[in-house]
Amino acid sequence: MITIFGVPTAALFGQLLVGLINGSFYALLSLGLAVIFGLLRVINFAHGAQYMLGAFAAYLLSLWLGLGYWGALILAPVLVGLAGAVVERTLLSRLYKLDHLYGLLFTFGLALTIEGTFRYIYGAAGQPYPTPEALAGGVNLGFMFLPIYRGWVVVASLIVCIAVWLLIEKTKLGSYLRAATENPTLVQSFGVNVPLLLTFTYGLGAALAAFAGVLAAPIYQVSPLMGSNIIIIVFAVVVVGGMGSILGAIVTGYMLGIAEGLTKVFYPEASNIVVFVIMAIVLILRPAGLFGKDA
Amino acid sequence: MSEPLLKVTDLHAWYGESHILHGVNLHVNEGETICILGRNGMGKTTTLRTIMGILRKRTGQMQFAGQDLMTMPLHRTAHTGLGFVPEERGIFATLNVEENLMLPPKVADGGMTVDEIFRLFPNLKERRNSPGTKLSGGEQQMLAMARILRTGARCLLLDEPTEGLAPVIIDAIGEVLTELKSRGMTVVLVEQNFRFASRVADRFYLMDHGQMAMEFPVGDLEARREDLNQALGV
Amino acid sequence: MAGKSEPVVTETITSLPNAGAVRIVLLLIALALLLVAPFYLYPIFVMKLLCFALFAAAFNLLLGYTGLLSFGHSAFFGGAAYFTAHAVKEWGWAPELGILLGVVGAAGLGLIMGAIAIRRQGIYFAMITLALSQMFFFFCLQAGFTKGEDGIQSVPRGELFGFIDLSDATNMYYFVLGVFLLGMLIIWRIVNSPFGMILKSIRENESRATSLGYSVARYKLAAFVMSAALTGLAGGIKALVFQFATLTDVTWQMSGEVILMTLLGGIGTLIGPIFGAGIVVTLQNYLATSDFPVTIITGVVFMVCVMLFRRGLVGEFYASRLGRRLGFNPEN
Repeated sequence: MITIFGVPTAALFGQLLVGLINGSFYALLSLGLAVIFGLLRVINFAHGAQYMLGAFAAYLLSLWLGLGYWGALILAPVLVGLAGAVVERTLLSRLYKLDHLYGLLFTFGLALTIEGTFRYIYGAAGQPYPTPEALAGGVNLGFMFLPIYRGWVVVASLIVCIAVWLLIEKTKLGSYLRAATENPTLVQSFGVNVPLLLTFTYGLGAALAAFAGVLAAPIYQVSPLMGSNIIIIVFAVVVVGGMGSILGAIVTGYMLGIAEGLTKVFYPEASNIVVFVIMAIVLILRPAGLFGKDA
Repeated sequence: MSEPLLKVTDLHAWYGESHILHGVNLHVNEGETICILGRNGMGKTTTLRTIMGILRKRTGQMQFAGQDLMTMPLHRTAHTGLGFVPEERGIFATLNVEENLMLPPKVADGGMTVDEIFRLFPNLKERRNSPGTKLSGGEQQMLAMARILRTGARCLLLDEPTEGLAPVIIDAIGEVLTELKSRGMTVVLVEQNFRFASRVADRFYLMDHGQMAMEFPVGDLEARREDLNQALGV
Repeated sequence: MAGKSEPVVTETITSLPNAGAVRIVLLLIALALLLVAPFYLYPIFVMKLLCFALFAAAFNLLLGYTGLLSFGHSAFFGGAAYFTAHAVKEWGWAPELGILLGVVGAAGLGLIMGAIAIRRQGIYFAMITLALSQMFFFFCLQAGFTKGEDGIQSVPRGELFGFIDLSDATNMYYFVLGVFLLGMLIIWRIVNSPFGMILKSIRENESRATSLGYSVARYKLAAFVMSAALTGLAGGIKALVFQFATLTDVTWQMSGEVILMTLLGGIGTLIGPIFGAGIVVTLQNYLATSDFPVTIITGVVFMVCVMLFRRGLVGEFYASRLGRRLGFNPEN
């Protein structure tokens, strides 16, 4: 058996893959958080709940309508995004003129309500969601066995991250978003409907979380608590990356996922906390975060 | 003369608890350039920001091209044909020059094309791919004006365009304003530099403690120089 | 965070001439009620309420008077419960020393967490404290002395100062009440000291406090450690009241609960958190027998508070006509 630092290569690459998968979810979720925070100055505590809603939407669409994975991958983010837009328009938008902490507290309450409701209806146990047939099975890469679905998760999250980055950096809509992040009042005085832009942005962030949720459904079980477990790690990711930069959020997500995977190989006891430890170290050495400009 | 293009009557405005405008009356005819003079803190910038709809805590009447500005949400105001060039210029750091230029949506036909703008401001063409805030102060001022000219706005609210700029740049901005005037643009100019203003303005208002204290045509400027020097503390 | 965008009170209402006396009478009535409470209510319930009231008041020292939203106070509450429980059960320490260890331990945790978290402001501060407390949660899950999922069970209450038997419910109740009153007195002293004034000025305008020459970071850290220590006091007595210490008290949900108590009662009011804690604890007790999840109610109450009455119940009362007639200041 081939080993590196006394660890069998298969185990090493296996954990690296697990790390990369986790990193894919961290990247998608921290991207959504950063997009929302950039424009709305709200830390969306409900992001984890929206991720869970995405997974549940896929599960329920299959249960009620017999809709398959691919349909859910499109429809679930749309539904959750629309629900997010409604919440922003009717409630969240009233809090912008107040201290930003109220936005955090409101979305925290929203997260508790959503998670509590699903827990009440579906129980705390997870519901299985099948891997789509086209992506079942795996390939032997020689040094490790790669389940195809897991490879797809990494690719899909990369594609979506790059697409969102292009949307923000290269399109007209993106220039509105960037400009409104700097000076929303001036952009609105130019005749851009900034309130609508904020609603769209919150919907987009929620949809990204839901997309991650659908991707996660076949790997983890669909459970009401899946979001609250991941959201705190994603917060740490966002603190490390600094929320000023979209690219920073994406890169930090993958990096910390991989760091977590490697820790599982070399010192499994610390794998739960390694992201937090890295966060603490980064805060001590570089308080603004790796890519952050704003304190 | 028919109805003025912009008519402001008994306008009051507040920043938080402080009452800044105390009943401003103002009118601007189509194609006219007016200039609001006054010392710092008298409410000149506030007047422009209130007309544009940025400052929402206000009472009184404001009409532009027959439309009521008081009931209009901020993002609708620009679509009536009012364009705002703020004192701090408001160039976006995360957008390059071209993106800054293309940012404000078109509100009417008849705005300048990008080619025309680059002919008027050749510096901007050269630097169109650099980040907006890498421009010099004069270039930023030109960019701030240029992006409004693209939109087809028919009335420009210009807040201290010459502030902090070198004389040669001020001359260039004066030429641009003369050019705009010949095209029939209406301009509301806020200025401290009345030598510059006297080159372009048709009519003046002097603002004092949140009200218009004086109104006179450009021809009276010399006769009122003493008063003005005193009022402006020059 | 209080006040900034709230409507400004424009009408002036002069307080009644004897408002001060009325307030003292109200305070005495409250004290009397607390003294006789165990004869009419289930003592454990009242003690639980007092623990959480102290917890919320300690938390409010940070949020209400310094403007820092910590999302990680469960680490100090649950951490102190573990320290006290371990010292009393495994080392046979006297209850007062066990509680002292809880306080010191919580203060130490507060020093570490605070030193890291104050490096960022506002929402980042909240996220960092949340992440660090989650780290502490995982530590407690894996560390040996916490006994993992089981927690430390059957903790003896012992004898206070060697002669007061705390296994007697009445003795225990008055001990808890004494600790609670002591904690409230300390908080009241801090808030009304020159130190407390500086904290409030940091809350109102951090950059102005900096420009006045105050080392804002040090004051924030000091407030954080004090809040952690007082939270530890509440956690320590809770371990003795219930005679166990478990993971529940170090979860992020617990941090959320204390925020809710404070918000509901009134951020930045001395007695608001007590009322908030009272309502939340009563609600939990009431719902404990049904299978309806408390989190739904908690979440909805959170949203309603944030949307409709950000001053909280006590804050709204202070701002009301009657409240101001009685000389209460809604800003304090």
